[in-house]
Amino acid sequence: MLKNALGREIPEKIDGIGELKLYQGPFEYEPSGRRFGRKISKVLPGQSKLLNSLENVINEIGMKDGMTISFHHHFRDGDYIVNMVIDMLAKRGIKDLRLASSSLSNIHEPLIEHIKNGVITRIETSGLRGPLADEISNGLMDIPVIIRSHGGRARAIEAGELAIDVAFLGVPSSDAYGNANGYEGKSICGSLGYAKVDAQFADTVVLITDNLVDYPNVPASIHQTDVDYVVQVDAIGNPKGIVSGATRYTRNPRELLIAKYGAQVIETSGYFIDGFSMQSGSGGASLAVARFLKDKMIEKNIKAQFILGGITGQYVEMLKENLVEKLYDTQSFDLIAARSIGENASHYEIDASFYANPHNKGCAVNQLDIVILSALEVDTQFNVNVITGSDGVIRGASGGHCDTAAGAKLTMVVAPLIRGRIPTILDRVNTVITPGNTIDVLVTDRGIAINPLRKDLLDRFKNTKLPLFSIEELKEKAEQLTGKPEPIEFGEKIVGLVEYRDGTIIDVIRQVK
Amino acid sequence: MEIVKVGMAGTMESSDAIVTIEPNTDSGIQIYLQSSVEKQFGNQIRSVITETLRALDVDHGIVRVNDKGALDCVIRARVQTAVLRASDGGQFNWKEED
Repeated sequence: MLKNALGREIPEKIDGIGELKLYQGPFEYEPSGRRFGRKISKVLPGQSKLLNSLENVINEIGMKDGMTISFHHHFRDGDYIVNMVIDMLAKRGIKDLRLASSSLSNIHEPLIEHIKNGVITRIETSGLRGPLADEISNGLMDIPVIIRSHGGRARAIEAGELAIDVAFLGVPSSDAYGNANGYEGKSICGSLGYAKVDAQFADTVVLITDNLVDYPNVPASIHQTDVDYVVQVDAIGNPKGIVSGATRYTRNPRELLIAKYGAQVIETSGYFIDGFSMQSGSGGASLAVARFLKDKMIEKNIKAQFILGGITGQYVEMLKENLVEKLYDTQSFDLIAARSIGENASHYEIDASFYANPHNKGCAVNQLDIVILSALEVDTQFNVNVITGSDGVIRGASGGHCDTAAGAKLTMVVAPLIRGRIPTILDRVNTVITPGNTIDVLVTDRGIAINPLRKDLLDRFKNTKLPLFSIEELKEKAEQLTGKPEPIEFGEKIVGLVEYRDGTIIDVIRQVK
Repeated sequence: MEIVKVGMAGTMESSDAIVTIEPNTDSGIQIYLQSSVEKQFGNQIRSVITETLRALDVDHGIVRVNDKGALDCVIRARVQTAVLRASDGGQFNWKEED
C-alpha cells in the first residue's frame, strides 16, 4: 500500500486491472502518448446497416468472451438497453465481459445475476445505485469497480485506457444509415453527450432505436460515419424513467435557506458580473440557488454568457428570457430541456470530452466561473464524498463533480449540516471524489465556511452579515446536536477504485462489514 | 417504576423513534434496537435508553426501539413516555428532569 497526496492508502496494483497511478494533485499528472484510434473498416455502396433484430446484430458482430461493451446513461432509470443486451449475451453463453456504461442505476438490478454467473466480471461507471450498488459494496465482484467522473471517462476512452469493442447506444431517433439524435421520438432524452464519445472511439457501434426515420436524419448528434449497425426495437426505455416532465422547485424550507445563503455568497463573491458563466447540480438546493440568482440577475441587469450542465427547464426558461446567451448541454434533465435542444440553436449539445476531459485541448469546465455542487459528506480539509453513504455503501455517482470543481473559479458546495442524525462534516470523508483544494466554499443551513486556501474570499467576506464560521466550528455545531458518530468499520477487500479525472487513483472503496 | 402493561410512544417518521416497552417479570432489561444509524450511533442510543430507564428506576422490561435517526433528546423523551404509559399510575417528576 502506498499513500497518495491526500494520505489515502492505494495498492500498487490490482489483479485483473494492473498497476495504479497515485493521485498527486488536481493538475499534477502529465499525460503522454497519443490518442487511441479505433479499427478501420469499410462500408460499401449499397450495403445496408439496418438489421431486423438485435439477435442478428450480435451474430454479425461476432461477440467474444472478454470483450468491453459500452452504454450511455441518458435514459437513467428508464433504460431498457443495458438489461436487454446483457440478457441476450448471457443467453449466448458469453462470459467475462467488461461493462463500461457511463453510469448505472436502480433499473440495472438484473445485472447482479449476470455478475454471479460470470457474464460480467468488470464494471467501469460513474455511478451505482440501488440493489446492484448494495451487492457490490458487500463484495459481489472479484475485480473492483472503477468509478470515473464524466470528464475522466471521456479521457480514459480517448487515451485507450477504456478501449471499447462494441458500443450499444440507445437513440430516440435514427435513420437506417446511422444518423441519430436524442430529441425526436417517443423516448426522448435530449442531449446524447455521453454517447457521442463512445460512437467516435468504439471499434463497433450499434445504434438501437424505437424510432426509425427517413434518411438523412439531420442535424445529427451521432453520425453515419461512426456507425456500423442500426436496429429497431419496440422500446428503448420507459419515457417516465428517462425524464421527468419538469424539474420541480424545492419547497423544503431548509433547502431554501441553504439556497438563499448560496445566492448571497455568489452575489458577494466578485464573480457575479455581467457575462458570467455557471453550472449547478440537479439537487433541490443547487437548483434553488440558481432560481434566487435569477431574481438578482433581473434586479441588477446582469446576464450570463453560458450555463453548462446538466440542463433543466429552469435554464431553458432563462434562455428564452434572454438572461443567458448559450446553454451547453451534456445531459438534459427534464422534458423541457430535452425538447429545447432540438428547437433552440442557442441550446447547444456537447459531448462529455468537450464538457470535462482534462486531457483534450481545453474543455468547457475550464471556462466556468461558478459551480454549485451537492455533497453527501465533506471533511475539515473540504474533501467531498458523493459516492458512498454514511454507512459506507455505494449510493451515488461521481458525475461531473470533480471536473467542474477543478475548472470553475468559484466552487460552492451546498448541503444540510445534518441529515437525520448524520452530520455532514467529518474529520475524514468515507470516500474522496473531489479533493478539498478544488472546493472554495461550503454553504449549510447553519452557516458558511470558506476554504482557508482562498484568502481573497476570506477578505472579501470579512465585513458581510453572512453567518461565517470555520469548517471546524460548523462540524462542532453539528456534533453538539447529533453526538460524535463512530467511524464505520470496513473489511479488507477493495470493491471500488475511484479515479480522479486525470486517471490517477484518489481513493478506494472497501467492502462494508 | 414498574412495567405492568405494554406502553408505546413515538412515530416512524424520519428523525423520530418508536419505542414499546412491555413487562419482563424479574428478568432485567432487554433492549432490541433497530436503527438507521446503527453503525455510527448504535452504542450511543443503547446507552441513552439504559440511562433513561435507570433514571426512572425501571429494573425489568423488554424495550423495542425502531429508530429513524432520532437525536438523543428525542429517544429519551420517547422512552420516558413509553415507560409512563406502561406503568400503573406512575407519576413523572417533571421538575427533576430539568
